[in-house]
Amino acid sequence: MLRFAIPVVVLLGLLALLGIGLRLDPREVPSPLIGKMAPAFDLPNLDGSARITPLDLQGRPVLVNFFASWCAGCQVEHPVLMKLAREYGVEIVGIDYKDTREAAEQWLARHGNPYRIIVADALGQAGLDWGVYGVPETFVLSADGRVVYKQIGPMTDAAWRDKIAPLLAQGSASR
Amino acid sequence: MAEIGHYALILALAVAIAQGVLPVLGYWRGDQRLLGIGVSGAQTQFALVVLAYAALSLAFVDNDFSLTYVASNSHSQLPLIYRLSAVWGAHEGSLLMWLLMLTGWGFAVSLSSRRLPPDIAALVLATMGAISVGFLLFMLATSNPFERQFPVPAEGRDLNPLLQDPGLIIHPPMLYMGYVGFSVAFSFAIAALITGKLDLAWARWTRPWTTTAWLFLTMGITLGSWWAYNELGWGGWWFWDPVENASFMPWLVGTALIHSLAVTEKRGVLKSWTVLLAILAFALSLLGTFLVRSGVLVSVHAFATDPARGVFILAFLTIVLGAALLLYAWRAPRLVSDGAVQLVSREGLLLLNNVFLVAAAAAVLIGTLYPLVIDALGLGKISVGPPYFNAIFLPLMVPLAVLVGLSARIGWKRAKLGEALWSLRWVALTTLIAAVLLPYVLERSFAWLAIAGTALSVWLMIGALLDVTHRVRSRRDRWQGLRSIPAATWGMTLAHFGLGVWTLGVTYAGLFSVEKDVRLGPGQSAEIGAYTFTFQGTEHREGANYQSDLGTVFVERSGQPIATLNPEKRLYPSQRSVMTESAVDHNPRRDLYVALGEPIGDADWALRLYYKPFMRMVWFGGVLMFFGGILAASDRRYRLERSALKAPVTSAQTAAT
Repeated sequence: MLRFAIPVVVLLGLLALLGIGLRLDPREVPSPLIGKMAPAFDLPNLDGSARITPLDLQGRPVLVNFFASWCAGCQVEHPVLMKLAREYGVEIVGIDYKDTREAAEQWLARHGNPYRIIVADALGQAGLDWGVYGVPETFVLSADGRVVYKQIGPMTDAAWRDKIAPLLAQGSASR
Repeated sequence: MAEIGHYALILALAVAIAQGVLPVLGYWRGDQRLLGIGVSGAQTQFALVVLAYAALSLAFVDNDFSLTYVASNSHSQLPLIYRLSAVWGAHEGSLLMWLLMLTGWGFAVSLSSRRLPPDIAALVLATMGAISVGFLLFMLATSNPFERQFPVPAEGRDLNPLLQDPGLIIHPPMLYMGYVGFSVAFSFAIAALITGKLDLAWARWTRPWTTTAWLFLTMGITLGSWWAYNELGWGGWWFWDPVENASFMPWLVGTALIHSLAVTEKRGVLKSWTVLLAILAFALSLLGTFLVRSGVLVSVHAFATDPARGVFILAFLTIVLGAALLLYAWRAPRLVSDGAVQLVSREGLLLLNNVFLVAAAAAVLIGTLYPLVIDALGLGKISVGPPYFNAIFLPLMVPLAVLVGLSARIGWKRAKLGEALWSLRWVALTTLIAAVLLPYVLERSFAWLAIAGTALSVWLMIGALLDVTHRVRSRRDRWQGLRSIPAATWGMTLAHFGLGVWTLGVTYAGLFSVEKDVRLGPGQSAEIGAYTFTFQGTEHREGANYQSDLGTVFVERSGQPIATLNPEKRLYPSQRSVMTESAVDHNPRRDLYVALGEPIGDADWALRLYYKPFMRMVWFGGVLMFFGGILAASDRRYRLERSALKAPVTSAQTAAT
């Protein structure tokens, strides 16, 4: 009797769905900023010697990485960032999110500094404007200052290889 | 010591494989000695898993941070009780706890196996052994809690502060007992499908195991809800979060199973349906595991997720459920019912109950998986929230409540609807009067939702008692009548009464709660109805492994002091996380709930104040159901020796053929 086979058929459908679900990342929420100009900010750099605005980030593609000394995920991604900066010469701008200067400097002294510029966002204003809901998050900006990609959570080799490197290659080729 | 635990798990795997394979061979060849391996295997496996569990607990007690799992989930400052409960605080250890319970259930079945025919006992234990193989492989391959690390860290990263709460010490074990307990009913269903024997005796063996699993699940869900209310600080008690749903779906199907088992035992009908429910209840338990640990859905319940684990559980789901349902498709047509089901009869109403419960479970399943479907189809990201679930789920609960009262007055086999309804006229009248009066008396309201909710709740509570009153009245000697009522009936009465109490709580806490977000400085006060909340400011305290801001709020009612509440905001430095400990003054009638928000300015704080009428009834209802389950599972007729059951078994079999 066929009706006794219905449960198996339903199960197969469900398993297929779950199988597809495994390949998707529910945390991957598309950023509304993609394709738009990077949100404005005017904040001091980490040692307070200069003020930084998005204008300072234009003219070449850069990675904008929101990090903090108190963030565990940032330690996870740190070796990847170090490698990107050292081996591929990627320009990474760090935005030190809700952190203090001393803690950040200590942290960078211990783990190494992959950043060309570090912006101090002590109160998290820039984070709010950029739609950051947890550090680490990394934005890829094109040379004209547009957001072309957003990585939520730690930067990984795979994300660099599959997503970001092609975007940067495209950006420099079209210029 | 940790290595001993690891070896014990490997040995347990070998034993589980033997336990899963050899008894089936024995059944095939009619070899009694091979059949017997089911029992000895289950007992050996349990001993080995207990050893592994003890080894991990010892590592936590000794602060052995050379184990990655201990270092990630403990801290030398962590109080001992939390070090012991940290064993199941994260993925790897909770799997070990899961396994401990699975083998524990297997051990319990093996102890009572002499009440079962040897072939059934062997097949049940073989099925449980096979399930255990899957979990042991899962642990050893992807989630070994005994992994060492080097260099050894000086200090652990501490247990997630969310889990440092007394409610969370017992909530997961209870929940797992329920989840895993359904594996017994599942195994009995598999044994019935293989042997083709599904009779009165089978239903009697399966019922107490199912009820026991169900009562643990009931308590687990109730505790989880109570914990969320106290610990999350936003005053809710159920959020329709995917993880909550994962525990609620097996509960709904398990509840349906309990009722359909009653029909199968009493009337020998709905056999293939009962078997299907037994498979589904466990299937949903496994699905819940998958949803929680694979990371396919976003949930507030943070379990470290890992796609490799997801793939493994999915493969496991495919094998276990695929095999079970294929077996069902092949063998279930042979399970012939002993008669037909009339709609107007107790079994007819129980079937209706099953329809509504399963529909409710399906609705919850669809709501839970819908975001996944939309995402898989590339249609974007959505989340399904309480509005969907409340709109779909609550209407399905209404007929269920109505059925409880009705079925008490309707007999088995064939009944007259008119007679039953007529005999319920006084109950109906009482219910109506209470439904109109109570909302007004208690909350000065004539809202129709309040009237409907009260009506259902009163109907349930009175309806629950009808079976007992009827049995007492039908005897000449009332005392004798009261004493002759079996434990199972008392259990049912208590559980249905609990459902009524729960309905009352949900109705009033849902409709008449008052919430206020206020900014208060020391000495300032806010009012909810007749209650005045006066904030006295906060002071700084040092806890064992946290620092806290302890607030003091005086509550007065019409000038009379009622309570002093101390809501707390805790900072756990080792994890850099902040926890809200709300403060609640409660009595059966109402909860007064205060949670500290954020400090504003120098001494001002944002405070959340709630007045929640009959909030306790929600959990009290759950507790009543739990005790009802205990009473029902302890019924003497489930513990009859095999010899005593012989006679009805044969008669049932001849009736079936």
